[in-house]
Amino acid sequence: MRVYQFTEQPYFPAWPEHTGSLRVNLPNRKQDPAVAADLLHRYYDEWLLADELGLDIMINEHHSTATCMSCTAIVALSVLARETKRARLLVLGYPIGHRQDPLRAAEELATIDVISRGRLDMGFIKGVPYEFPVSNQNPVGVMERFWESHDFILKAMTSHDEPFNWEGESFHYRHVNLWPRPYQQPHPPVWSTTGSRANARVLGEKGYVMATLGTGFATRPLFDAYRAGYVAAGRPAPGADRFAYLGLVAVAADEAKARDRAEVVASYLRSSAIVAPQFRNPPGYLSIEDNMRVLRGETRQRSKTKDGRFVDMHGGSVQDLIDAGIMFCGTPDQVYAQIVEFCEYCGGMGNLIMMGHAGPMSHEDTVDNLTLFATEVLPRLKAYEQPRAEAPAEV
Amino acid sequence: MSVADDGAAAGASILVNGSKLELIDRGRGRPILFLHPHIGLEPSAPVFDRLASGGRLIAPSHPGFGRSELPATITTVDDLAYFYLDAMDELDLEQTLVIGVSLGAWIAAAIAIKSTARMSRLVLANPVGIKVGDRETRDILDVFAMLEDEFNEKAFADPAAARRDYRAMSEDELRIAARNRESAARFAWSPYMHDPKLRDRLHRIAIPTLVLWGASDRLIEESYGRAFCAAVPGAKFERIEGAGHFPHLERPKLFAEQALAFAALNSRY
Repeated sequence: MRVYQFTEQPYFPAWPEHTGSLRVNLPNRKQDPAVAADLLHRYYDEWLLADELGLDIMINEHHSTATCMSCTAIVALSVLARETKRARLLVLGYPIGHRQDPLRAAEELATIDVISRGRLDMGFIKGVPYEFPVSNQNPVGVMERFWESHDFILKAMTSHDEPFNWEGESFHYRHVNLWPRPYQQPHPPVWSTTGSRANARVLGEKGYVMATLGTGFATRPLFDAYRAGYVAAGRPAPGADRFAYLGLVAVAADEAKARDRAEVVASYLRSSAIVAPQFRNPPGYLSIEDNMRVLRGETRQRSKTKDGRFVDMHGGSVQDLIDAGIMFCGTPDQVYAQIVEFCEYCGGMGNLIMMGHAGPMSHEDTVDNLTLFATEVLPRLKAYEQPRAEAPAEV
Repeated sequence: MSVADDGAAAGASILVNGSKLELIDRGRGRPILFLHPHIGLEPSAPVFDRLASGGRLIAPSHPGFGRSELPATITTVDDLAYFYLDAMDELDLEQTLVIGVSLGAWIAAAIAIKSTARMSRLVLANPVGIKVGDRETRDILDVFAMLEDEFNEKAFADPAAARRDYRAMSEDELRIAARNRESAARFAWSPYMHDPKLRDRLHRIAIPTLVLWGASDRLIEESYGRAFCAAVPGAKFERIEGAGHFPHLERPKLFAEQALAFAALNSRY
C-alpha cells in the first residue's frame, strides 16, 4: 500500500471570523500575508518530513477560500518536485473543468514530471461546484469540457513526431508540441475522483486510479462499478493499486490522546461545508435528475457505517467518523486494524490518502502524527497483502 | 411564477431542423410570436389567452427549456436566433408581432438584427442582452448567485405571489424546472446575460419597436432599459407599474393590451 500525506494548507486563523461562508465571498482582508507565509513554509516543512518518513504526498487546490491556501496546485508541485527526494507527488486534483488553457496545464504537468524525475501522479477533476462562480467557467457542459481537456492533455503528452492541430468544441490550438515532454512514458499515471457509479464505471473502463472521499462503508458499490468497467474493457479484475481513498488519520501512543488529535483533524470536514448557500449548486453542475432531487428537498446521504447507519460527514462526532470509516483513529495497532478492515471491505484499496494534518493542528502534533504513523503503521501496511475482489460484494 | 402552475403542457409541437419544439399555438389571425424569459414558458399563464385574443399566438419553449429538445449545435443566444428564423420559415409566419421578455427579448433582438423579413413589430419587455455599464459594473444582478427567495424579491413587484412549492410538483414539472434553470445558464452564464456585440448591432432593427419596462424590476435599473431603447432607431419606451422583471406574469392584461395596441398602430406595414 502507498500512503499519501495530504493537507489543504488551511488558513485557519480566519476560520472563527466567517459569517456563514469560508469560501467564495470571505474577504481576503481577513488574511495576514505574514501569517500566511509562516504557515505555508511550515506546511512545506511537514511535507519534506513526509518525504523523509517514506510517505508519498498529495496536493490539491481550491479557490477564494480560507480552507485551502493552495490555489494553484502547480506551485506546490513545483516546490516539492525540486525539494523532495523520493515521494510520489499526487495532484488530486487538477480542476481541468475550470482551466481555460489545457495546453498550459500539459506543459506545467510535464515539466513537474521531468523535474521530479517521474514522480508525478496526475489527478484530473472537474472542480467543486462553488468554484464555478470564481473561475467563471460555465458549469453547464463541464463534463464534456473535462473530457476534451483530458483528451487534449494526454495527446499533447504522447505526441512526439510532429506538432498537431486541435479544433474541438471547447479548445483550439495549432502547432501543439510539448517541450519538455513527460519523464514517465507514455505519460504520468492518471487518477480521478467520483461519487457516482456511472462515472466509476467510466474510470474503470479507462483503467485510471479512482479515489473517493467520505464514502466510508458505502464505498464498495463504487469500487464494484469500477471493477465492472475495468473488466468490460477486456482485462482481468483490477488490483488494489487502482483504488484510492481519502481517510482522516489521528494516531497517538494512547487512545485518549488520539481522540483529542482526531477532534482537530475533523475540523477539515467541519469547515469544508461552510459556504454561502447561493454558491453551492450552480446550474448545470448536477444532472437534471439530481437537481430534481434537490428541488424536492432531498439530500443524498453517502457516508455509511458498517452496520448501515448514515453519518453526516460534516457534522458527525469523531466516533461517527470512525464508525463510518471516514477517520482512522487510535493507537498504531487500532489504526492499522481499522485500515485493514476497510481494505478488506473494499475488496482491495491500495492507496490511502491520509489527511494527517488539518485545521489548527500544531506543527508538533503534525510531526508526531506523521512520524508515529510512518514508523508504527506504514511498515505493516506495506507488508499487508491486499485482497483482489473479482465479483461485486453481496448486499 | 405568480400563477398556479398546473404544469399543463404547451399543447403542440413542431419539428425545426429535425428538433422537437413544443409550443402554444392558440387563436387566429395575424401571427404573434412570444419568446419567454429564462424562467421558462409557464403555459398556464393568463397572458397567453389575452394575447391569443389579438391573433394567432405562437409561444414556444426555447430549445433546452420545457419539453423542447436541445440540438447539440445550439449553445448561444445567437444560435437560438437562427433557430427561430428557421422556425418562422417552418411555420410560414408573415407580418409577425414578436414579443420577448427578458432573455426572450434578447433572443428577439438577436433575431431582428439578422432579418425582420417575417416581422412587422417588435415588443421587448425588460430586455437583457446588452452591456451598458463599465467593466466593473454588473448591469444585471447575478441571478445565478442568489437563492430563489432573493430572486423573487428582486424580480417581482409581489414576491410572495411568486413562491413555488416544488414538493407539490409532479416529476414532469420538476424536470421542466430543472431543465429551465440549466438552460438559462447555458445561454447566459458568461458573458453574463449579454452579448458584447449586440448593442452596436441594434441599429439594424428597422421595424417599429416598443420597449416595455416593469417598473418594479430590482434586478436591473430602468436606465439599462432606456439605454436598450435608445440603441434601437425610433423605439418607444413605456413603463408598466405594479410589475417587476416579468410584467407579462404580474400585469398580464395591461401587458397584452399594450403589446396588441402597439401592433395595431398604422404604419408603412
